[in-house]
Amino acid sequence: MSQQPLLKVDNLTRRFDVSKPWLNRMIEREPKQILTAVNQVSFEVEKGKSFALVGESGSGKSTIAKMVVNLLNPSSGHIYFDGQELSQAKGAAFKSLRRRVQMIFQDPFASLNPRWRVGDIIAEPIYAFGLESDKLKVQKTVERLLSTVGLTGRDRYKFPHEFSGGQRQRIAIARALSANPEFLVCDEPTSALDVSVQAQILNLMQDLQDEFNLTYLFISHDMSVVKHMADTIGVLYLGGLVEVNDSQQLFNQPVHPYTRMLLDAIPDHEMTGRRRTPVTGEIPNPINPPSGCPFHPRCQYANDRCKQEVPRSKAVMNSTVACFAAEEGRF
Amino acid sequence: MSEKTNVTGDDAKPVSIWHRALDSDLFHSFIRKPVIVASAIITLAIFAMALFAPWLAPHTPFDPSSLNLMDGFTPPMTANQFSGNEYVLGTDNQGRDILSAIMYGTRISLFVGFAAVGLAALIGISLGLLAGYKGGWVDGLIMRIADVQLSFPAILLALLIFGVARSVLPPRVMDEATVWVLVVSIALSDWVQYARTVRSSTMSEKNKEYVQAARLFGVPAPLILLRHILPNVMGPVLVIGTIGLALAIILESTLSYLGVGIPPTQPSLGTLIRIGQDFLFSGEWWITLFPALTLLVLALSVNLLGDWLRDALNPRLR
Amino acid sequence: MADTLLSVKDLVVEFPQRRGLLRALDQISFDIKRGEILGVVGESGAGKSLTGASIIGLLEPPGRVSGGTIELDGQRIDNLSTAEMRKIRGRKIGMVFQDPLTSLNPIFTIAEQLIETIQTHLKLSDKEARKQAIKLLDDVGIPAASQRIDDYPHQFSGGMRQRVVIALALAGEPELIIADEPTTALDVSVQAQIIDVLKNTCKEHGAAVMLVTHDMGVIAETCDRVAVMYAGRLAEIGPVREVIKHPKHPYTIGLMGSIPSLAHQVERLVQIPGSMPRLDAIPEGCAFNPRCNRVFDRCRTERPDLIAVEENLAACWLHAKEAGA
Repeated sequence: MSQQPLLKVDNLTRRFDVSKPWLNRMIEREPKQILTAVNQVSFEVEKGKSFALVGESGSGKSTIAKMVVNLLNPSSGHIYFDGQELSQAKGAAFKSLRRRVQMIFQDPFASLNPRWRVGDIIAEPIYAFGLESDKLKVQKTVERLLSTVGLTGRDRYKFPHEFSGGQRQRIAIARALSANPEFLVCDEPTSALDVSVQAQILNLMQDLQDEFNLTYLFISHDMSVVKHMADTIGVLYLGGLVEVNDSQQLFNQPVHPYTRMLLDAIPDHEMTGRRRTPVTGEIPNPINPPSGCPFHPRCQYANDRCKQEVPRSKAVMNSTVACFAAEEGRF
Repeated sequence: MSEKTNVTGDDAKPVSIWHRALDSDLFHSFIRKPVIVASAIITLAIFAMALFAPWLAPHTPFDPSSLNLMDGFTPPMTANQFSGNEYVLGTDNQGRDILSAIMYGTRISLFVGFAAVGLAALIGISLGLLAGYKGGWVDGLIMRIADVQLSFPAILLALLIFGVARSVLPPRVMDEATVWVLVVSIALSDWVQYARTVRSSTMSEKNKEYVQAARLFGVPAPLILLRHILPNVMGPVLVIGTIGLALAIILESTLSYLGVGIPPTQPSLGTLIRIGQDFLFSGEWWITLFPALTLLVLALSVNLLGDWLRDALNPRLR
Repeated sequence: MADTLLSVKDLVVEFPQRRGLLRALDQISFDIKRGEILGVVGESGAGKSLTGASIIGLLEPPGRVSGGTIELDGQRIDNLSTAEMRKIRGRKIGMVFQDPLTSLNPIFTIAEQLIETIQTHLKLSDKEARKQAIKLLDDVGIPAASQRIDDYPHQFSGGMRQRVVIALALAGEPELIIADEPTTALDVSVQAQIIDVLKNTCKEHGAAVMLVTHDMGVIAETCDRVAVMYAGRLAEIGPVREVIKHPKHPYTIGLMGSIPSLAHQVERLVQIPGSMPRLDAIPEGCAFNPRCNRVFDRCRTERPDLIAVEENLAACWLHAKEAGA
């Protein structure tokens, strides 16, 4: 038996009401419209590891991230952190769970309050979680954190607009670290950055993982970033997890037809000349998803069963996939 | 430019606020527009004149003992036919020096203006923040009240509030509280603008990631509103406030002119204009003209400043 | 040379600012041959979009071309009047921008927009123009083009819209298409399809493409040659395979190494220290010298010109002696 996972997500579902206002609906005689952004997603993340969720727009990856950090409540399903259920925790236990799970946001230009000095930004979690109240000690901590992320202590007097995108993301990371977290949810942390800066940030995140024994939940649409950072990868399509596998294994032997398509869609920037099947079709409207397996209209292996039944995740072919074709060996 | 250059910040040293202000885009946009500079100077001069009226004014217009009825109706720049006293802008029917009356009157007008803007902003910002952040029925309720409010003309509303106050409060209290009743009635007819603007800014700010980050740290909602969102929605409020000041001064004058505002014993600009209008057609034009000109210049300068501020703070128009 | 379509020589673009002149493009020189796809890659602020904008004469004021020449078909186009430039835009040079929604007018159907563009540039009857429009939509891979042509832009998905924009760019039968980040707003699986359309359709229509992007992968998939920009200057230019597999400029080498690899597992990404300088603080000599790991004295004082190294041209003193200088 392996140790208990640090994060366990069980049958997580989130629906959004995207209907028009009540009056318009009554006049136009339209029913309520419900968008299922996340549909019965389950996965586990072990301590000290990196788990990545990849998917295209509308796959629900950011919604999952928000539920894990408790910025959004699940419609159903459970999230356990270190064995405790997030939604059941109260008072001090809840506060401590909150502290242990922190987040790094996508846009370093929006994630730092433009009116605050960097020192105050980084110190905010320290005061909010009551980790330290002595001003001088907080200042020392802030300076230490700034140098941890590759900036200097004097930078705490500056405002966010005085920094480049990469430096801002470093500040955001320092802020997340100031809460002494064990688990970091990283929502597209480098998608707003240039590649050479992205490399700096990814390297920094790897260093921090080793130094502080952090566990990462990585959210990204960029397969190459995910491959570089994650131990395990979960592929999302229209709110559902279609395949979960070890990073190496997933790239070497993708099983689910969507995973295969996604890998084939990545431009070959190294010009290795790997063989690829051309991509076809587009992501359907998530408000009105296809029946059965949501991928069936684009899938060359789809049959009648795929059109009617929704596949559940099963261990097949050294992977965990939700696909009837894989189950039945129809490839 | 479609591509923004990165600010490295490596070489940036802490600079003084003065240096930053003088080097800012706002200051440069200011200094390049002579009309705006002139407006600012005039506005400041009028503010100073009002603020230091007790020391600057040649007479004390509201002290009955210093008034000489014989001095009444002295035209500007001419010696009075009885006393031989000369007044730069002439006197009114009771022998009050118009220049001093304007100085003191502007003082009252500005006080009412600032107080009304302050109160309106306070109400509007608070309700706007609440509506924008909470959303749902709170938002619905506050905004519907605002809509109803907007369907009444401001002046009608102010008249109404003033009327209610007069019938509810005993006359003695009412006399002393007139200024405050005026402030409240102007503020209550003006808060909607602030509330609407702050609400929409709040709704866009609250979805920004820095607010989400603060929520993540468990910062309570009132603190998020006060420390995070409020500083970031104040830009447009400043613009509305400036233009609102001009509007409030005009509204105060209008009310006083209509006779529901400041009593003649302590005349504001509007009261002065009203007093003067009785004599306009009997040849004593100066009694009404000079206060009216002061009001015009003041309102115009403040308005120009507000317009400029709106354009200068709007990145799309820059 | 007859097969050179576009020739940019020593292009300088400046923005007058309060604190002085900002040099956003500094002596950019490159050619595009007929039917060729040239990629222009660089980080944000490197000036790649600006290069495209100055070629089609759409520099945002106060920016202006203050030096160099741009020739299309041997004719100078950098000094044309606004009216003359408008004739060239669409007819000789087509444009595809990042956000397909801003390139399409939401209140007109696709048919109306396409036919109008076709008739502006080509003398065709309404019927012929409509036929041509349907053919164009067919070419860019819009299924059931003859029915969908009467739809409005909002009835198309993001990927389909970008196809329509490409059709629109091809409507005037231009010789050159400038595509500015055409796939950046799209998902990977849609991006792959748009890249194909851009590449193949433009080939079929005989149009050369200048593809501006920050994505090395897109460049590798699409281009014949690639120009790498840094801080408003050209760092390296050459055949795409050569630049990707055997980069010569230390910046290109760093850039290639900083992209996470799909082919093999790397423990650590190559990182270039620091960040690109602001345009008002470009160092003397080579603009890259403070971040370069192979910097020497000459780099700090003298600005390198493009030097031929094997099949590439690189603006780097490291290659000076190899070129016999």
